[in-house]
Amino acid sequence: MQPIITAQDRENLVSPLFKFDRQFWMTIAALLVVTLPGLALYVRQLFLGLGVTDLNRPVFWGAYLVNFIFLIGISMAGTVISAVLHLLKIEWRRPITRIAESLTVFGLMVAGLQIIMDMGRPDRLVNTLLYGRLQAPLMWDIASLTLYLLTASFALYLQLLPDIAFMRDSTPENAPTWRKKLYSTLSLGWRGNKEQWARLEKAITTVSVILIPIGVSLHTVTSWLFSTTVQPGWKSTILGPYFVVGAIYSGIGLLFIATAFATQYNHHLKGYITDTFYKNLGWIFIVMSFVWFYFTLNETLVVTTEQETLEFPVMAAKLFGEFAPAFWGMNVLMTAATWILIALKLPVKARSNPLFKTATGLVMTALAAVTFAALSMNIPALHASLVKTILLAAFIVFFILALLGLTGWFQARLIPSTVIASAFVLFGMWLERWNILMPTLTHARIIPYTTYFPTATEIALTISTFGILTLIFVIFYKFFPSISIWEVEAGRAIEQKNGG
Amino acid sequence: MANWCMVIDLEKCVACQGCSVACRMENNTPVVSPDEAKNGRAIRWNDVFPLPVHIAPEQGEYPNVKTHYATRPCMHCENAPCVKTCPVQATYIDEEGIVRQNYDRCIGCRFCTVACPYGVRYFNWYAPQWEGSLENHLNPDELSVNGSLEGPAVRPVGVVEKCTYCVHRLVKARERAAAEGREFRADEYVPACVQTCTGKARYFGDLDDPDSTVSQLSKSLRATHLLEDSGAHPKTLYLAEG
Ligand code: SF4
Ligand code: SF4
Repeated sequence: MQPIITAQDRENLVSPLFKFDRQFWMTIAALLVVTLPGLALYVRQLFLGLGVTDLNRPVFWGAYLVNFIFLIGISMAGTVISAVLHLLKIEWRRPITRIAESLTVFGLMVAGLQIIMDMGRPDRLVNTLLYGRLQAPLMWDIASLTLYLLTASFALYLQLLPDIAFMRDSTPENAPTWRKKLYSTLSLGWRGNKEQWARLEKAITTVSVILIPIGVSLHTVTSWLFSTTVQPGWKSTILGPYFVVGAIYSGIGLLFIATAFATQYNHHLKGYITDTFYKNLGWIFIVMSFVWFYFTLNETLVVTTEQETLEFPVMAAKLFGEFAPAFWGMNVLMTAATWILIALKLPVKARSNPLFKTATGLVMTALAAVTFAALSMNIPALHASLVKTILLAAFIVFFILALLGLTGWFQARLIPSTVIASAFVLFGMWLERWNILMPTLTHARIIPYTTYFPTATEIALTISTFGILTLIFVIFYKFFPSISIWEVEAGRAIEQKNGG
Repeated sequence: MANWCMVIDLEKCVACQGCSVACRMENNTPVVSPDEAKNGRAIRWNDVFPLPVHIAPEQGEYPNVKTHYATRPCMHCENAPCVKTCPVQATYIDEEGIVRQNYDRCIGCRFCTVACPYGVRYFNWYAPQWEGSLENHLNPDELSVNGSLEGPAVRPVGVVEKCTYCVHRLVKARERAAAEGREFRADEYVPACVQTCTGKARYFGDLDDPDSTVSQLSKSLRATHLLEDSGAHPKTLYLAEG
């Protein structure tokens, strides 16, 4: 029998962690360049106050809160993949459990930063401990976030433990002593004997079971921040499950992007994260897509049909008003993403029909983009309803032709297409959060309707946030293998057993 | 214990905004530049605005036009959403039915401002500033409860503030009565807006005392609340135009 973890594996997975090459420093430098301006502007915000944002009365919450919901949403990835798939004993999860779990932890960390960025008095954060009222939804959220972060970090650590020991034993001779010390301290004397494995297996299963309700609770409680107020547009019981579904949906999207990024960064990973992962998780992605559309339809149709005095103006702002570009943009992105994912599952056929040519698809995409822009922009000449109807019909035709035309291109490229669909979903989900928050906030009951658009500070801080997220990701995976080596080993063992 | 309440007779209100100005001087609410005000950052604890809010006031054609105005302090809700959502109890209902604000404890999360159905709460986007001689006319009163600022002394940046029914005046009136060695009477305390009101449209007193003006008025057929259906059980009463 062959040794399951070969010297080649060591070469692929361990040695890159000790090479601080140009590529690594360039990545860090690039990320710092996008992150630092936001940090500088944050310091300015600390000195001047939240006046540097475009927040106002009644739009008391803005981009920071949208980012917050978005980030805790994407953090759902780890819980779904590692906890749920672990409990279901699904084999193809093995190579990506590490990335999935770490995304949960990193996502929650930067989500926590959003709360602090949004506070008028971050210096008084400790008041939540001194005077916290457990009846307040915000305290539920803080409690749930803390619990989730702690549990998820613990889960990540447990899952890392055998690999830390592996690193301890495979650290190259010339590695700096502090790294050797780091691994031997963190490995807690892991020897990998039978008893330790049995305990670890038990611990991971227990934590997985605990992690799922905590994850669901965080997303639900976050929706309750809004649905427990009496503001029109938020008084909805669907918001809880809607947030959970949106969280899983965007979580998977981020997982795809992070995985593709990691394999691009270290080509050797391609041998471990195979197409099977993209294909199988793609199915879950499609299902989430449909559940998401189902919830969106529920939200939209009910309010649009009942036309209640306070609720309807909020919905109308999304359907036809100033939020229409964001609302329909979100739907267009999600439809395109869903189509790409479905196209990947369709049997591939070479087609001679010009309708299915990539060139046609590109032209149609451009035309669709132009018509969408024309519809979104407030051009008085286009206000006549006939013109609008024609534009709308043209957009729908162009959009469908674009999707059909590009189908072949998508089918030929599994990973790039999945990444594109994921990016659409992520952007769409950010817009979804925006579309939940902003129309309600700008349409208060007895305050004149207002508008809100993030200022340079808010935009820079948003960019910084994603910069920090990527930085943590890149640095973390310079210290720990991005593939769970022991899981790969276990997977191979199962295969060998089944094969022999 | 009293249950303090304000009654505003919209029939008598002439929408002169005297109450707004009195409130500003009494409570040291910061002024903001016209640009900031246009961006929705003006702080008016007691606001006067046309009703209905979301329809342009110039509706109708001369001479068939009629504009309604409302003046709006805090409703001091009995089931106040702001109190229910504050994570640190920086806003609370005291035993005399006044919804109060602890400026030293508020963390500036702005949950209360989002939860209040009446748009009564204001946030200090920047540190407060006063132009020219305004600075010399600040109200020197200061109310501290257990060492925390609650009264009209200037608030720091990043906290939420709102109408307190001038609760510092209540404390002062009580202290005066005690110093003079007599019982405090409910009519010794009114908020600044009630004191100044041009049309004598505002009344103030103890809602639990059946003989007080406010409880008499609360039985009027014209008595109503703003957004009666908000679920917040607003206390400030309006006498509808009729
Ligand atoms: S009106 Fe608003 S601020 Fe005043 S008590 Fe009610 S909810 Fe609180
Ligand atoms: S802004 Fe201040 S008063 Fe309002 S909910 Fe937050 S901590 Fe409480």
